Amino acid sequence: MSVAIVVDEVSKRFVLRRGRSLKEMMVLATKGRQLTDTFQALEDVSLSIEQGDAVGLLGLNGSGKSTLLKLISGVMRPDSGTVRVRGRVAGLIEVGAGLHPDLTGRENVFLNGAILGMSEADVRRHFGAIVDFSGIEPFLDTEVKFYSSGMFLRLAFSVAVHTEPDIFLIDEILSVGDEPFQAKCIERIQQLSAEGRTLVVVSHDLDTVEKVCQRGLLLAGGHKVVDGRLDEAVARLRHPT
Amino acid sequence: MTASAPLALVEPGRGAGLLDVVRHRFLLRLIVRQEMRVRYHGSVLGLFWSYVKPAVQFGVYFFALGVFLRLNRTLEDFAVYLFSGLVLINFFGEAFANASRSIVRSAPLVKKIYLPRELFPVAATYVAAIHLLPQILVLFIGALFVGWTPSVGALFAAALGFSLVAVLVTGMGLLMAALNVYFRDVENIVDLILVVIVWLSPVLYPWSFAREQLGGGWVEQLYIANPLTIAAQLFQLAFWFPGVETDRETVGPDQLIPELFTRGIVALLVSLVLLGVGQLAFSRLESRFAQEL
Repeated sequence: MSVAIVVDEVSKRFVLRRGRSLKEMMVLATKGRQLTDTFQALEDVSLSIEQGDAVGLLGLNGSGKSTLLKLISGVMRPDSGTVRVRGRVAGLIEVGAGLHPDLTGRENVFLNGAILGMSEADVRRHFGAIVDFSGIEPFLDTEVKFYSSGMFLRLAFSVAVHTEPDIFLIDEILSVGDEPFQAKCIERIQQLSAEGRTLVVVSHDLDTVEKVCQRGLLLAGGHKVVDGRLDEAVARLRHPT
Repeated sequence: MTASAPLALVEPGRGAGLLDVVRHRFLLRLIVRQEMRVRYHGSVLGLFWSYVKPAVQFGVYFFALGVFLRLNRTLEDFAVYLFSGLVLINFFGEAFANASRSIVRSAPLVKKIYLPRELFPVAATYVAAIHLLPQILVLFIGALFVGWTPSVGALFAAALGFSLVAVLVTGMGLLMAALNVYFRDVENIVDLILVVIVWLSPVLYPWSFAREQLGGGWVEQLYIANPLTIAAQLFQLAFWFPGVETDRETVGPDQLIPELFTRGIVALLVSLVLLGVGQLAFSRLESRFAQEL
């Protein structure tokens, strides 16, 4: 097995500007306050993930999980260190980011599929499967803004899980839809994993993560704390020493 | 890395710029279609609005300048003259304004999913080009009506004028779209530029008027170095000039700046350089789009 993701001594810091306009900056300067704040989201994180691994990325809010996923997907670039990946990455960083409310369900399948890296032929080949999976067939030609929030998420998720990426990033989306749909999603993700695709899953729903992942990575305050079996990471998250 | 490994380890988020747009043609087409759908969404007239707006604008200028200020007595076929320059300036204006806003408007996508970000400004230019097409058709018919006969030279001039503006606006759009992420002042500056630009080219008035006032020297050189001036004049050369050429009383070759074709080709080359600069700046600034938005 070869490596799919290599993260090498990566740091990421965010600069939070208090004000951008001249007026705001003047006010802050006269009050003697600093114009910017910095926030260290990740510090010196190194890890490598093998092809076919299913990794649960755990940590409290603000520990740097989402930032790490964004670095792996290429949405952001590290300040120092390198991130390298092998193959096509598709991220479900946030469900529905690529859905347009004014377009119909059918149009959105094409648009969102293309955004997630599918070719026209890919979308056509999987169109039936996507629609079946989502269970929204009667509303396919309705504009997405009229969908219930559940239908919206089901459509977005269905497109995402049919994109066949080599590396699949999942951020807090396993809690999609009702219970039967959730079960179907987890089944599909297990199937993707069994096909040898690499998974990185972020979720606060530890039971769900345990169903999908074997390996666990625990982040705290931008540092890697645990890198091992998932139950070790979960135990440490629940009972920090 | 062994040769048997099918895929190399690469750094994510580093695109090949405009080349990636070519690779993502399917996505570009969908984004353009979405833009068109959303623009005319819920309107009764739909795409017909892209005819109504320039028609009204043309009517206003024609009556204010042509009739009230009597430019149609100075210039033969003033209507054709006016329209041939106006469509090109409108194309530039629409593309420039929308491209500059494109990244900020697509913030939810840019922040969450990686895709070649050049797609958005390019799509804005593409949409503007789609709107230009029916206007050129109207121009064609109008020119034929006043006795224009198409020629190879005319079509070449039109093609050169269009490509010049398309390349120029793509480059400037890339630059402004990237800067706008960091400073939203940019969209206001762009709007300001657009207000001025209509008057900086001989579109609403004849070139001879400007030449008389500018009186030679570097100001005049600056005026005729403006790529939009050259492009507008190329369109006028293509659609207006052939119809009035024979009438030496009211117009003459002095309504066109000298060596127009050479200037056109030079301007196209300059625009290509600007496109390169725009792409370079875009790639530099792109690395922090997601966190700045």
